[in-house]
Amino acid sequence: MSTRPGAAADVPPTRRATQRRARRRESLAALGMVSPAVFLLVMFIVIPVVLAFALAFTNARLVSPTPAQFTGVQNFRVLLDDPLFYKSLRNTFYFAVVVVPLQGGLALVLALLVNAKVKGVNFFRTVYFLPVVTSMVVVSILWTLLYQKTGLINELISHLTLGLVQGPDWLNNPSTAMPAIIVMSVWQGVGFHMIIWLAGLQTIPQDLYEAADIDGATRWTRFWHVTWPGLSATRTFVLITITINAFALFTQISVMTQGGPLDSTSTVVYQAVRTGYSQQQTGYASAISLVFFVLVLAVSLVQRFLTREKD
Amino acid sequence: MTSVSPAPAPAPAHPGRRRRPSPRRIGLQAARIALALFFSFPIVFMLVSSFKPDQQIFGDLDGIKAFLPVGHLSLDNYTGVFDRVPAVRFLLNSIGISAITVALSIFINSLAAFALSRMRWRGKKIVLTAVIATLIVPFETFALPMVWWVNKLPWLQLDGGRLIVTEGWLDTYQVQILPFVANAMFIFLFHQYFQSIPKELDEAAVLDGASWFGIYRRIVMPLSGPAIATVAILAFLPMWNAYLWPLMVVQSEDLRPVMIGIDYFVQTNPSWGEIMAYSSMITVPVLALFVAFQRAFVSSIASSGVKG
Repeated sequence: MSTRPGAAADVPPTRRATQRRARRRESLAALGMVSPAVFLLVMFIVIPVVLAFALAFTNARLVSPTPAQFTGVQNFRVLLDDPLFYKSLRNTFYFAVVVVPLQGGLALVLALLVNAKVKGVNFFRTVYFLPVVTSMVVVSILWTLLYQKTGLINELISHLTLGLVQGPDWLNNPSTAMPAIIVMSVWQGVGFHMIIWLAGLQTIPQDLYEAADIDGATRWTRFWHVTWPGLSATRTFVLITITINAFALFTQISVMTQGGPLDSTSTVVYQAVRTGYSQQQTGYASAISLVFFVLVLAVSLVQRFLTREKD
Repeated sequence: MTSVSPAPAPAPAHPGRRRRPSPRRIGLQAARIALALFFSFPIVFMLVSSFKPDQQIFGDLDGIKAFLPVGHLSLDNYTGVFDRVPAVRFLLNSIGISAITVALSIFINSLAAFALSRMRWRGKKIVLTAVIATLIVPFETFALPMVWWVNKLPWLQLDGGRLIVTEGWLDTYQVQILPFVANAMFIFLFHQYFQSIPKELDEAAVLDGASWFGIYRRIVMPLSGPAIATVAILAFLPMWNAYLWPLMVVQSEDLRPVMIGIDYFVQTNPSWGEIMAYSSMITVPVLALFVAFQRAFVSSIASSGVKG
């Protein structure tokens, strides 16, 4: 390596050499420190994502004596003729469209309720958060029992309506199975987003509220003119995370309904897992995954665009 | 890192004289209590039912008794669980898998974040951007190709004193651990935290002849308790709750984690008392951890939302 003329001319050569050696050592040490993480990210995210694209155009099977063959767009052609795929797509959208506003809105209500300066808010925060630390698998099995024809939910409905309303057999009825799963999913996940909203609420400067009070603002105008604009960054985050989670709906379906009754709760991820794992058709499942990926990406880009800062 | 601090206790407006609560405040408090019942009733029902025989669980459904530990209570369901599934094995597997993943995750991600936030080297910005970019792909989109991929990976094994190369990671412990160690979210959290630690500390240590790894280990990590706690919690929960992945990659009973155990009860004719007992067994430890480290849990969740 040649010394560049004019570079740090006032530094004596020996010191410059030491500095250069120190720089080199720093670069090497840094590379050594990032490489384990980068290696693992490449192995277990980058390569599998690339494979999802590649395998979607092959007839790869999970375990197969013959190597996978390139089959072009065959998988996608089959997919477009697959009525179960359309059903799964519809169910996935149905779930997302209901869960996103319901969970986001309820989470905000909870956050506002526990952001007040009253006794016991810490207790309430803890209780609202309990379902979040309970595994979805446990929650699903628990609510399967609650949702039975003669289960606790129907007993409660019957009590609260003084015996006027008899609840349905929630999970075995095609028109109530998905709503039942929606209610349970919101119950489990809403505490998480309550905490996110709460963190957002606490970044809003207190003097904005005081100024609003001096102007004689009502609670409602105070919410619309101070709180709501102050939560714009949080709002985007809540919206996008609930959406992505909603699209990935799998565990509840696998434990509670296996896609039934009459495929009324089959979802895209559930269908992908069933074909890819149970039926071992990796190529076809990759095609489903790929469509799913494009979908999620498109929806979150649209959301980002719609919620962008309007300066 | 944002922390959700508990609201300070209200200052009495007129000391010595209690103000009558307004109807609005009573209404809000009633709403809070109703919601608390809504969020806790299934969990209370689960815990209480785990001590009751099946017949009584269904018999008690029509009243408040469903939530009260009354009637014939016993540990029969719990002993029944151990007859039906190798519960101890599953618990040990999950504890081991979660602990190793959390430890490796803290080490490897903080090491990368240290290089990315505190050292000068070429290509740093590109690497950081690439790492963050991996966050946009949800796991579910590549889980299936990944099953195919891990089935092709080699592994070294000791076989009668000789090291042999095996192919395929299906049915192993490493397949449940290694894919979840590196995490862009955790690198990002450490990165943000490390930037709040003054860089002068590093410079002083360099003058004293410390190595970069020495600075990481002796200076930066000991000052990063809150970030470590956050990552530990965020890494632990999905590992303990893992279901989709082990369902696909683990066949042998000996290697299964706790959540897969639930399927044993669903497949064979279910005893709901035993299901509640098993569910309680695998939930109560996490709930206990949560209640004990509540503040750390809540602030770790809050900090996961900071990236906005």
